[in-house]
Amino acid sequence: MNWLQSWVRPKLRQLVGGQKDIPDHLWHKCKGCEEMIFHRDLEKNLSVCQHCGYHMRIGVKKRLELLFDDAKYTTVELKSPIADPLKFRDRRKYTERLKEARNNTGEKDAIVVAHGAMGGNKVVVAAFNFDFMAGSMGIAVGDGLLTAARLAVVQETPLIAIPASGGARMQEGILSLMQMARTTIAVEEVRDAGLPYIVLMLDPTAGGVTASFAMLGDVAIAEPGAVICFAGARVIEQTIREKLPEGFQCAEYLYEHGMVDMVVHRSALSETLNRVIDLLCNHKPAGELVPLDEDSSPADKSDKKSQAAAPNEPASKADKDGQDKQGKQDKQDEQANQDNQDKPTG
Amino acid sequence: MHNYLDFEKPIAELEGKIQELRHLSGEGGVNIADEVGRMQSKAEKLLVSTYAKLTPWQKTQVARHANRPHTVDYIDALIEDFTPLAGDRAFAEDLAIIGGMGRFCGHSVMVIGHEKGADTEARIKHNFGMPRPEGYRKAQRLMSLANKFGLPVITFIDTPGAYPGIDAEARGQAEAIARSIDVCLSLKVPLISLVIGEGGSGGAIAIAVANSVLMLQHSIYSVISPEGCASILWRDGAQAKDAAGALRLTARDLLDLGVIDKVIEEPLGGAHRDAQATIRSAGQAIEEELKKYSELDGGVLRASRREKFLKMGTKGLS
Repeated sequence: MNWLQSWVRPKLRQLVGGQKDIPDHLWHKCKGCEEMIFHRDLEKNLSVCQHCGYHMRIGVKKRLELLFDDAKYTTVELKSPIADPLKFRDRRKYTERLKEARNNTGEKDAIVVAHGAMGGNKVVVAAFNFDFMAGSMGIAVGDGLLTAARLAVVQETPLIAIPASGGARMQEGILSLMQMARTTIAVEEVRDAGLPYIVLMLDPTAGGVTASFAMLGDVAIAEPGAVICFAGARVIEQTIREKLPEGFQCAEYLYEHGMVDMVVHRSALSETLNRVIDLLCNHKPAGELVPLDEDSSPADKSDKKSQAAAPNEPASKADKDGQDKQGKQDKQDEQANQDNQDKPTG
Repeated sequence: MHNYLDFEKPIAELEGKIQELRHLSGEGGVNIADEVGRMQSKAEKLLVSTYAKLTPWQKTQVARHANRPHTVDYIDALIEDFTPLAGDRAFAEDLAIIGGMGRFCGHSVMVIGHEKGADTEARIKHNFGMPRPEGYRKAQRLMSLANKFGLPVITFIDTPGAYPGIDAEARGQAEAIARSIDVCLSLKVPLISLVIGEGGSGGAIAIAVANSVLMLQHSIYSVISPEGCASILWRDGAQAKDAAGALRLTARDLLDLGVIDKVIEEPLGGAHRDAQATIRSAGQAIEEELKKYSELDGGVLRASRREKFLKMGTKGLS
């Protein structure tokens, strides 16, 4: 500390009325537009820049709180697989890197498995922790996805995978590559049980993670601006020796190229997920069926209904039966689909 | 003309001298058979000792050797009535993965493999064995076709990796690989994979999630190339030798890890010194594996394939 801070600043502070120093972490610089954002605004906006809409990365805990009803969920204790199977060492030992990541994050590995409710429907979530060795996928992560899939099958709930990962964990060598097969098996187990599998891709989703379970979702959702790719931009640039087009490999690019169903703003994620889950799980109408009447407002609905009920009743009953049948039909179709999926489809 | 690798320099020198001497004896009628014989046995001893202790990096070089037999050579020698099939029915025909139907030991089979190409022209045509999404989608189509008609599937693995390019990414390289793994795992017919050269990452496993994964003795199979690993973890691509060692990408290590099921021995000095002998042993090994599965029910084949991959990662190397 130099004399400017230790002596001049307190003196100045005394002069202007003892105002406290503003700590640095109260302001954040947006990586998208470089505007300064006050921490309360950032929190209010779920770490999305209010100026340019840039979605900053958020921790896995915050993510889960954001998505589960009332921010309540139960995490599943994951078994520890064999540590450092290759006795891998680059400039540092893998065991050291692991220890450091564990100390920094308080987590065992790069995946968190949790269950709870979303929009009232029970779900199981497998969410990556990017802060843990860049969310890289090794045996523990593969095990995590398998645990999540099996829990979803036992609980008969949808599985939601939330990748945020740089790809395979090189320090586990070929065994990390094999997680591409193992996580695909996890997806297949959920599919065989006829349960929905939804993927929410975050920044970044790359390499072997993208090229396995992440691209196999029944419904694929991505956060705006998330980089989603197989080969990283640097590798491609080095190979083809060309500059890459702007926006290449971001979520919107994938949407335009037909690789994801939707790109959803963080503030709308919870509602969207709830709706998707609800549509896939609850085929019948939530309450009593009300005849369609476009120009009726909720206030005068009861009046109109009593007037229009008599002539409409047969039709509405037929509708309802039709819907019920439709519901059953859907179930059967689903079953048929599953059967079909036993056979590979191209 | 033989292409020598850098570590084969002493062998190259000896074999060069032998050639020279032979040339001389042919011209002048000088009897130097003894000398040639002595040098030949010396060269062979050198070859034995060199190849007995190849480092992982040297194996990487052998695995990439230009004269190593490629998928087309295996198909030529092992498959009768080979009928190539082409295209993904969506975008294009990708020659980095070739495939088709044919007869192996009399039985109808589906054969799919990465093809690197033997000369410059062929290498460009086959994109150095680096498939684009359409290659993987063709593979999916062929595997599904095999499944429909009950043909066993044989895949030959030999790729530096899936092609990292703008077009490949735009058309969903990741999805194509993911779906291909998915199809491998769903098959109700036997799937046998043989790593004949380079098993490069996701681009390799996409068609190698098999009931039996075999590897030639000096082939490699890895999550990332040694060069790629070195540039990321050592921040220096020149450390590829160290990376090759750390990655444990040799057939022996992979067998110990339970990732592959069998190692097929190569002729002395590597597959490129005797392609036909290599292909013969490969053929025998594939035949043995297929026999194991011939009586098994489709559901069992699929379940045991899944089971095998689920177990991976439970044991490490000491």
